Amino acid sequence: MAAMTREETQNLIQEVLAVYPEKAKKDRAKHLMVNDQSLDVAKKCITSNRKSLPGVMTIRGCAYAGSRGVCWGPIKDMIHISHGPVGCGMYSTMGRRHYANGTTGVDIFTTINVTTDFQEKDIVFGGDKKLKASFDELEKLFPLAKGYTVQSECPVGLIGDDIESVSKVKTAEIGKTIVPVRCEGFRGVSQSLGHHIANDSIRDWVLPTRVGKDDGFTTTPYDVNILADYNIGGDIWPSRMLLEEIGLRVIAQIPGDGTLMEMEKSIHAKLNLLHCYRSMNYISRHMEETFGMPWMEYNLFGPTKIEQSLRAIAERFDDKIKDGVEAVLAKYKPQWQAVVDKYRPRLEGKKVMLYVGGLRPRHIIGAYEDLGMEVVGTGYEFAHNDDYDRTIKEMGGATLIYDDVTAYELDAFVKKIKPDLIGSGIKEKYQFQKMGFPFRQMHSWDYSGPYHGYDGFAIFARDMDMTLNNPCWKEIKAPWLRPSPAETQAA
Amino acid sequence: MALRQCAIYGKGGIGKSTTTQNLVSALAEMGKKVLIIGCDPKADSTRLILHAKAQDTIMSLAAEAGSVEDLELEDVLKTGYRGIKCAESGGPEPGVGCAGRGVITAINFLEEEGAYEEDLDFVFYDVLGDVVCGGFAMPIRENKAQEIYIVCSGEMMAMFAANNISKGIVKYATTGSVRLAGLICNSRNTDREDELIMELAAKLGTQMIHFVPRDNIVQRAEIRRMTVIEFDPTCKQADEYRTLAKKIYENKKFVIPTPIEMEELETLLMEFGLMDVEDESVVGKTAAELAV
Repeated sequence: MAAMTREETQNLIQEVLAVYPEKAKKDRAKHLMVNDQSLDVAKKCITSNRKSLPGVMTIRGCAYAGSRGVCWGPIKDMIHISHGPVGCGMYSTMGRRHYANGTTGVDIFTTINVTTDFQEKDIVFGGDKKLKASFDELEKLFPLAKGYTVQSECPVGLIGDDIESVSKVKTAEIGKTIVPVRCEGFRGVSQSLGHHIANDSIRDWVLPTRVGKDDGFTTTPYDVNILADYNIGGDIWPSRMLLEEIGLRVIAQIPGDGTLMEMEKSIHAKLNLLHCYRSMNYISRHMEETFGMPWMEYNLFGPTKIEQSLRAIAERFDDKIKDGVEAVLAKYKPQWQAVVDKYRPRLEGKKVMLYVGGLRPRHIIGAYEDLGMEVVGTGYEFAHNDDYDRTIKEMGGATLIYDDVTAYELDAFVKKIKPDLIGSGIKEKYQFQKMGFPFRQMHSWDYSGPYHGYDGFAIFARDMDMTLNNPCWKEIKAPWLRPSPAETQAA
Repeated sequence: MALRQCAIYGKGGIGKSTTTQNLVSALAEMGKKVLIIGCDPKADSTRLILHAKAQDTIMSLAAEAGSVEDLELEDVLKTGYRGIKCAESGGPEPGVGCAGRGVITAINFLEEEGAYEEDLDFVFYDVLGDVVCGGFAMPIRENKAQEIYIVCSGEMMAMFAANNISKGIVKYATTGSVRLAGLICNSRNTDREDELIMELAAKLGTQMIHFVPRDNIVQRAEIRRMTVIEFDPTCKQADEYRTLAKKIYENKKFVIPTPIEMEELETLLMEFGLMDVEDESVVGKTAAELAV
């Protein structure tokens, strides 16, 4: 269908809201907007980071998920203990993709899952004794682990387990970093607070261990950290290759395929390169205030954004890096041009609707546009106002923006807008596939990837094409909706 | 007779456990079969019946055995003076874990294991002073205690507590069968104490079921880890507990309480001289300002 006008989009929002009771309608209306590129700040027309309504099917996660799964999960040489009953630990096993190089049990431990498995008695008598015992057991089982994090599940907060004091005592005893994280799931409105809490725990329990100490680290003027790239499907690797090719030295990857030592040495960098603003802007700001280390956001999805980002990064350095960027841009142009030439004709003009976490709903728009596609609707699970500020300019005028969208709303929007492709998560995937819409998981890249950098762009383009142009979509009409044989013959 | 389940509440340190154990001993003397369930991590609700320092609690035994499912009823039920059955929920040492959850777990265990199915006449829950969370309200939830007795004295804080506990009862009484059955005045020898508690009881819509005078023989018996009934059955105080037991046995006055506003309670305290009339003009003034 043709692009909707401002008025049509506004009407669509009203139509979708109409089924809600008065109070819910009033609340949800604040989370839905028609994009207006003339705005500088989004908060005038969209509300975000608020409690979800009871009764709607929200797609959000919890603070534990934000810390255990996202911010801390990928740090590969530490053991992340899910402190509490077994369920949270069990269901967070391998849930969030984060690739890592290494050998399990030797230098990576993220492929194993550890929980203190609370029983009734641990609730009543406190889980601190069990937590202590688990460090002793883990030290015997995995002596090569470099440290531990304690990821609090809900009951830990309810009974007031003093995980900080256990961590201090055990750190003194075994001489390894132990990070207690108060990421109880009931805190906050979404996983977003879990990111913040995890950032704070890095600030309080990791960075101070090296501050002011001479660790013999030799710095260069080109040292940078990659922050908040989670290495889903290996994304951080093509990103790092590009940064190194332009002449920078990446001294820390936090947390994708990263280590505790990188995290500690990150204080020596000249610049923090922040991929996912939402989940790690907190530690970037802290390092800026404390160590005077500037930070900047960048985007390596698709050649247009790569070019913009690399040039912006080069602005922070001398001519060596600027020349490096130009050389890299020239070198890879034939590579990405071939990708565009191959896929653009197959994808040109196709419409996409996105609904992802806190970054990708705006970050991948450029990559789709490089393929001639248009993002006609986008929204975040757990973004804040500053994320929407950054979204307005990326999206076309009169497009639909939805915050913490409910299952019903997304369903209704999709039925009306009829996009050619939907990019969202596992909870939405089968719903829309059954409705006959081509669907890509944009949290996990549908177990594909990487999508970052020039190498990633080729995979991204291939994946979108093979999903969107897959002949299966024509074949999935329900039998009772198919034309009868007589009708077919008449035609 | 059908099983009656009673819970004893009241401000911390008011004498709930002592009163309960003496009262239960008197009921046992009358030939009644009684079970006491201590709902306090301190586990001191059955020591006078068992002559023990502290009984092994359900939660500590469960922790030892692995889980509460690994316990048998006979592991946790002890029998003391005149066949009185005793159980202690137990719980963590102060400052860790969740004592409320311990009470919930213990009471569920006793119910599931059929502790109430023997031919019991009474179950008494002796509950920690403040109903600080859902766990300590467990005994007054649906299908548990129907009769609540509040131990209080003529002291201001004890009366505040009695009023607050009544508020808690109202919450559960409107949806269930729990009722306030009376105030037990455990005397502290304050002036006109009986009149004051009767007045408070009237305001709460209930009765002062008995005035238990102060007598040092209670403490002498306690040192021997005994109730007065057992230690010196002929003494006057033993008769007081017998009277209390008889009144509770015959009690029919079960009400949904009508807790009063703070102001009304303060007025009552002023009437009895327990509180000075408030001078609004001095609120928020420092000593220096008042001196002017």
